[in-house]
Amino acid sequence: MHKLSTKKAFIAYALFGWALVLVADRVSELRVYQGATIAILTLAIASIILLTGYSGQVSLGHGAFLAIGAYGAAIAQSYWGSPFWFTFLIAILVSAAFGFILGFAAGRLSGPYIAGTTLALAVGLPTLANQFAFLGGETGLVYDAGSPPARFGEEFTLYKWFFWIAALVVLISIFLLRNLLNSRFGRNWKALRANPTAAALAGVNVASSKILAFTISAGVAGLAGALLGMISIVAPSAFPLSLSFTIITGAVLAGVTSLLGSMLGAVVLVVVPEIADAIAHRLGDSEKISTNLPGFIVSALLILTVLFSPNGPAEAMRKRREAHAKH
Amino acid sequence: MRELIGTLLIGITLGSIYSLMALALVLVWRSTRVINFAQAGQAILTTYIAYEIINRTGVFWLAILFAVVAGALLGAGIEYFLMRTLFRHADEGPVAAIAPVIATLGLLGIIRSVVGMIWGNEFRSIAPPVSTTGFVFNGQPLPFSMLNLVVIIGAAIVMIIFSFIFQKTDLGLSLRASAFQPEIARLAGIRVGPIRTIGWVFAGAAGAFAGVLVTPNDILSPNSLDVLLVFGFVAAVIGGLESLPGAVVGGLALGIGVALITNYISTVLVFPSVFIVLILSLILRPNGLIGSKRVRIA
Amino acid sequence: MSSLLVSNLTVDHGAIRALSNVSFEVKQGEITAIIGANGAGKTTLLRTLSGLKSPSNGTVTWRERNILNKKPEDLVRLGISHVSEGKSVIPELSVHENLLMGGLWRRNRSDTNKAIAEAVELFPRLGERMEQSANTLSGGERQMLAIGRALVSRPKLLLLDEPSLGLAPLIIEQIFTVVQRLRKDMGMTVVLVEQNAVSALAVADTGVILNLGELIAAGDARYILADPALKSAYLGF
Repeated sequence: MHKLSTKKAFIAYALFGWALVLVADRVSELRVYQGATIAILTLAIASIILLTGYSGQVSLGHGAFLAIGAYGAAIAQSYWGSPFWFTFLIAILVSAAFGFILGFAAGRLSGPYIAGTTLALAVGLPTLANQFAFLGGETGLVYDAGSPPARFGEEFTLYKWFFWIAALVVLISIFLLRNLLNSRFGRNWKALRANPTAAALAGVNVASSKILAFTISAGVAGLAGALLGMISIVAPSAFPLSLSFTIITGAVLAGVTSLLGSMLGAVVLVVVPEIADAIAHRLGDSEKISTNLPGFIVSALLILTVLFSPNGPAEAMRKRREAHAKH
Repeated sequence: MRELIGTLLIGITLGSIYSLMALALVLVWRSTRVINFAQAGQAILTTYIAYEIINRTGVFWLAILFAVVAGALLGAGIEYFLMRTLFRHADEGPVAAIAPVIATLGLLGIIRSVVGMIWGNEFRSIAPPVSTTGFVFNGQPLPFSMLNLVVIIGAAIVMIIFSFIFQKTDLGLSLRASAFQPEIARLAGIRVGPIRTIGWVFAGAAGAFAGVLVTPNDILSPNSLDVLLVFGFVAAVIGGLESLPGAVVGGLALGIGVALITNYISTVLVFPSVFIVLILSLILRPNGLIGSKRVRIA
Repeated sequence: MSSLLVSNLTVDHGAIRALSNVSFEVKQGEITAIIGANGAGKTTLLRTLSGLKSPSNGTVTWRERNILNKKPEDLVRLGISHVSEGKSVIPELSVHENLLMGGLWRRNRSDTNKAIAEAVELFPRLGERMEQSANTLSGGERQMLAIGRALVSRPKLLLLDEPSLGLAPLIIEQIFTVVQRLRKDMGMTVVLVEQNAVSALAVADTGVILNLGELIAAGDARYILADPALKSAYLGF
């Protein structure tokens, strides 16, 4: 993949954003909503790519950070009356703080332990929210994006507004993330993932580098969570365990080191439930099947990908080319 | 005083279940160096099988037997078909290092969605085989019933059997050697492949046993064993993943802790406390309460 | 009579060719020393012989049976034991358990106990530390334990990878003495890989010199030791 210069990349992103806006005008409400979902998933997947693909750490319960960000933003708005755009900042900061704590714990441990801990977090957090009144219980908290500004006219629906916000936030974030990954920090992470001892000898502070990765990754996930809360709800049911699995699947499908792939992963994740629905209809429309089939397909995809191209399709193709070159 | 004893008894009951789950996780970890998150899925599937048997025959003990056998077979199948393929394809890269863990996660999702597709997501229940009314002590009922006693005894028997196998038998030595240094074990003539499968068989059976024992007091749904998995994992970590006795101690300690918090403080704080205990344990004593002095590198 | 016949053996590690067309024979009941500088392919050779690595080309027969591409566990049952370089001992187990490991495949505890007794007779230090955890052993004792474990399998062909690595001269002497006893008293065939070329050639009957994956020379150990031209080959300069 050729690396564009920052300026060129900026232009590319801006053009892409412009294209998205044009497309959003022409498609149905459902597609616009799905577009917003894709954008949010892209951001969530990107946070995993930073954490796992670059710094080599594992989080199996990243959905927890999304939930923390969403709740942080909602609390800021409902209880402190923060303006909407400011709540995004709160979301990032709150999740990043938790990410810092977890990153610190992760520093002492290896893969399976931190993986299990994040999983525990993802399982337990929804139940926690259910118990406390000020977290809104099962119905959750109100989190309002407000209505689209009047000057956009009558035609401008709420969903389109969601899409614009999500797309804008995600584009900016991915752009910044891209710069971060291409910077010294990104190189440090890749170095310490490949060989921590060598990296340490080369002057990389392995421990703080890893904690930094966790913190930023959590912050990004928190932002994605706030966006998710915006388009759906800030309640336990919006952040189930399967969300964490979905994000990891997307990252694995994308090729866990490829930021560009994160969008591909997100698209796959949104398309699959559609396909699953179609299949469920063919199989007779039972509710048992339709609720569980998307999860089944996503999990199956995850296993297949991990079995046959754990580092993503790009990596697998490169290996095949190498093997052919030898003969 | 009576309340304390009652709470402790509940705690030991819970702890026995957590210990079984922790044992299953530690067994697989020690024999294949994988944290088997799919354990919850395996256990829920076998528990639903037990549910079906009970519905058809009404015989609880038959159901447990079926569940345990199913758990053993399922464990063997997963190791043979999924894990071995994974290790064969294993190479470098950030994900490849934790590929087995992600695979078990995917497996968990598959099993749970299949269970949901077959039985649906609504709550069901399994009738308890023995009385659930508390024993009467000095004219007052304790919150501890025959069912709880059965659970404790059952779990204890399983733990004693496993302990014996691991420490005193050739099979146990093969299991331990294969877990610590598979290459050296192979050079010594140990058939590491089948031995690993046996590790998964034991774990599958233990997990199945725990799943069926814990359900009569509770609801049965595709997600109902998730919390058990988490608590089992926490127990295993507290005890130090390397040690079977540690898993048992960790489980009991956790069970008692949960019971005490639920009774004397509030149910709400259980999960956060457990989580805090987990984090503290990992930070302060990365090798677990019983673990050896080696730091957890891998 | 030759026991081990290596023909045109070629082994690759990915893109790197570790062994290139290597052919030699190991006579039964003899000690054959494989020497050469670092990276010569000696360890790869042993790993291929014991089944841990698959070759790209060539044949290896042991008593006229092909032993390539077989699992190490199966080769142990054919009488081949490999003591790998560095760590061949499981520190988490006791000395006794490490020794027992070598006999598990046999499923005959009394035979294994006899073999353990014989190993302890060769390495008395192990007998003193039977119930201790293996990680309390010194480097030399660990090497003795590793070889002892291999001996419990009652091998006909013993593959030793750099047994002297990192050990004090006194211990090295003890170990080499034992190796000679194995050959003399038990008629064992030994393949001894060593960087310590002089010591190895001194106890060996035959010497094989490898350099960068290729066979430079093979023949009587005494001649190799005496030949100044060959010295540069196995000393690497």
